[in-house]
Amino acid sequence: MASMTDRTMLKERFVKWVLITFALSSLLFLFLIFVFILAEGLPLFLKVGLKKIIFGFKWAPTKGYFGIFPMIVSSFLVTFGALVIGAPLGLSCAIYLSEYSGKKTKMFLKPALELLAGIPSVVYGFLGVIYIVPLVRNYLGGSGFSLISTSLILGVMILPTIISISFDAITTVPKTYREASAAMGATKWQTIYKVILPSAKSGILASFILGMGRAIGETMAVIMIAGNALKIPTSILDPLRTLTGNIALELAYATGDHRLGLFSTGIVLMVIIMALNYLANFGIKRKPAK
Amino acid sequence: MRVNPRIINQAVRVGLSAQALFTVSILVVIVAIICVKGFPYIDFAFIFSFPEDMGRHGGIFPSIVGTIQLALLSILLATPLGVGTAIFLTEYTRESAFTKLIRFGVESLAGIPSILYGLFGFIFFVIKLKMGWSLLAGVLTLTIMILPTIIRTSEEAIRAVPRQLRIVSYSLSASKWETIKKVVLPAAMPGILTGIMLSIGRAVGETAAVIFTMGSSLRLPLSLMDSGRTMAVHFYILAREGISMEKAYGTALVLVLSILLINVVAYYLMNKAIARYS
Amino acid sequence: MFLRKWAIPLLIVLLLASCSGKTHDRSREKHTITIAGSTSVMPFTEKLAEHFMVDHKNFVIDVQGGGSTAGIQATINNTVDIGMSSRELKENEKMLNTITICHDGIVVIVHPDNPIGMLNLAQIRQIFSGQITNWRDLGWINRKIDAVSREEGSGTRSAFEDLIMKGKEIDDGTMVQDSNGSVKEVVATDPYAIGYVSMGLVDKKVRPVSIDNVSPSIRTIKSGRYKIVRPFLYVTNGELDNKAKQFVDYVLSKEGQNILRNEGLVGFYD
Repeated sequence: MASMTDRTMLKERFVKWVLITFALSSLLFLFLIFVFILAEGLPLFLKVGLKKIIFGFKWAPTKGYFGIFPMIVSSFLVTFGALVIGAPLGLSCAIYLSEYSGKKTKMFLKPALELLAGIPSVVYGFLGVIYIVPLVRNYLGGSGFSLISTSLILGVMILPTIISISFDAITTVPKTYREASAAMGATKWQTIYKVILPSAKSGILASFILGMGRAIGETMAVIMIAGNALKIPTSILDPLRTLTGNIALELAYATGDHRLGLFSTGIVLMVIIMALNYLANFGIKRKPAK
Repeated sequence: MRVNPRIINQAVRVGLSAQALFTVSILVVIVAIICVKGFPYIDFAFIFSFPEDMGRHGGIFPSIVGTIQLALLSILLATPLGVGTAIFLTEYTRESAFTKLIRFGVESLAGIPSILYGLFGFIFFVIKLKMGWSLLAGVLTLTIMILPTIIRTSEEAIRAVPRQLRIVSYSLSASKWETIKKVVLPAAMPGILTGIMLSIGRAVGETAAVIFTMGSSLRLPLSLMDSGRTMAVHFYILAREGISMEKAYGTALVLVLSILLINVVAYYLMNKAIARYS
Repeated sequence: MFLRKWAIPLLIVLLLASCSGKTHDRSREKHTITIAGSTSVMPFTEKLAEHFMVDHKNFVIDVQGGGSTAGIQATINNTVDIGMSSRELKENEKMLNTITICHDGIVVIVHPDNPIGMLNLAQIRQIFSGQITNWRDLGWINRKIDAVSREEGSGTRSAFEDLIMKGKEIDDGTMVQDSNGSVKEVVATDPYAIGYVSMGLVDKKVRPVSIDNVSPSIRTIKSGRYKIVRPFLYVTNGELDNKAKQFVDYVLSKEGQNILRNEGLVGFYD
């Protein structure tokens, strides 16, 4: 350090302070959104009561009803539906990508996945309305704007998430596991089924949970396809409204308590997603040391 | 009756590759539909002229400009903030409860859905700060939205730079900032660039956070306080209102092509960075 | 080499230049009018603005949606020049100055292939409140009725609730779309759907339903026979300033009203 001049020290100090400012500004911005949503949404919880909002069945904010229970249920239903479609398919693709595909196929499949992930949700929603909704209406019944249509589209949308995270989990399984298994005469599939998948289990589960997080937060495609009815769907052909849809549909028109109700919806959404994220990351950290 | 494991192995192989093929074909079908249905309507006039009659006729020029303005300005704001924060977190602080808290905060915010950013941006920037529906409100909202991603990917990339490189640099009597600027950052560049390109792609395709903050005016945004549309917003409105299927497909095609272009540029830049600084 | 180094700063400068057009505006003396509010009124205001700006090239009219309530609020807060509303003002909004630009019928629509073209008010009420759920009960095939409504807070919905539902609540099971255009799209594509939209939006893609034997048209509204009507209002905070007044005068003029009539609205001239 003897060769550092005063000028350099000054520069270093300057840079450090610039970086501190940047860091503090970023953190300020990030806290801002957290705090704001909480600040706007909490009062209603206190005014109307947590139970009436989270377990209330009636959403009619202009008349004083802020029940979002049907929407919480619908959000979960649509998310599970998306997992039913996206998880098996996504996991299979991840396995194929890591265990069966050669370098050439990998070079082709990976960008393809990224492109799939890059397609905007409004485009998915549009294609869903034009092609999936009529299909469901004509062959299965109902209006087509339904739980099953939404789950189908969401399932496709979460594929890239599930595939890439599961892929990472599977490829981190040490080569030695595979070699040992092969040495014992196992077929490829037996190796995958009995050795690789179990040791990649937590990463794969994390991918599912993150996929859930993505599905439950999806807005545009959902409001175009789900029908946005306020009742809990009694069949997969019934329309439904998710928490995200509720906010998007009424945001521009809401004032006063109505608007606060949307913030309360936002808080519930935020809590659910943060819980899912925490679960996923906590799940990943528990890497089994087999 | 036990089935021969070799047969199962073969069957599984076929099954898995079929599913992989199926997934890729979904992408192919989506892109094909948009290309086939949108291509006939894309011409010079479509790209460079203004929409008429709510978008039933004319082109999408204002929304293309709006998209570029929004995406670039957001990146310009978020990149120094995000990368700077990442550098600060990794190089200038020690691991502590504080940094763990910050990391937790950043992780949590990375998962927040875009509609909540739209909710926040609309009430905070558009209404409370009286910006109205404007490019500025949109930029500020999007910046906050992409900040966690940039911080997270930059941090990962910087941490991945081997300690040896830093030690060698210090031993050559470089200062801390010199080391960061000339050794660490270039080595972390591919990862940082990935985060940036990912965020640009997200900004271009984003609708929920944009429509409530930047608005949906059909005019060309000429100042920060002007409202305007991005291609994604324009497409959404065309599709939802059934204004024009043809224009909708055309807009979708331009939108998807832009995102494809961003991905291609990202790959190119990344490979260059890897090649140059490996 | 030179270009590569300066490419990014150049891009930034260009970008910022394109965004600082505000100074340009002042030098070219452009009059900007911002109008926001009801999404029902918006497309028609857009059309009027387009025609107006042809002859008044130094005017820039910025039309946004957001809903009647948002438009009224924005007007109260002075963030826009003119607010658009498709419903009457509430008590706490009455301080604003209102100008009725025309009247609009609310039309119940079904799919063009739907043979049922006539319903009475009670039946419509029962459909939307969930009491009648199958087209079979109205004389058509055995298929569930896909009812579509607007969202809470919409001026069109509150007008529908006031004039047709008359106190009976719209069922929770009805689908909801957040604009007239998208309600129309749903009805235009789903043969078993029924919804309500602004009359100005009705075209060949959907079939209007006669209510109590009165079919909705400009004529029947003017004669008073079709009663499901609401005013389209422009609201302002205090007196109009000169530039906004020019536009409003245009809207109320024969030419403006003609444009509205061609769009299916009920103006002041015949």
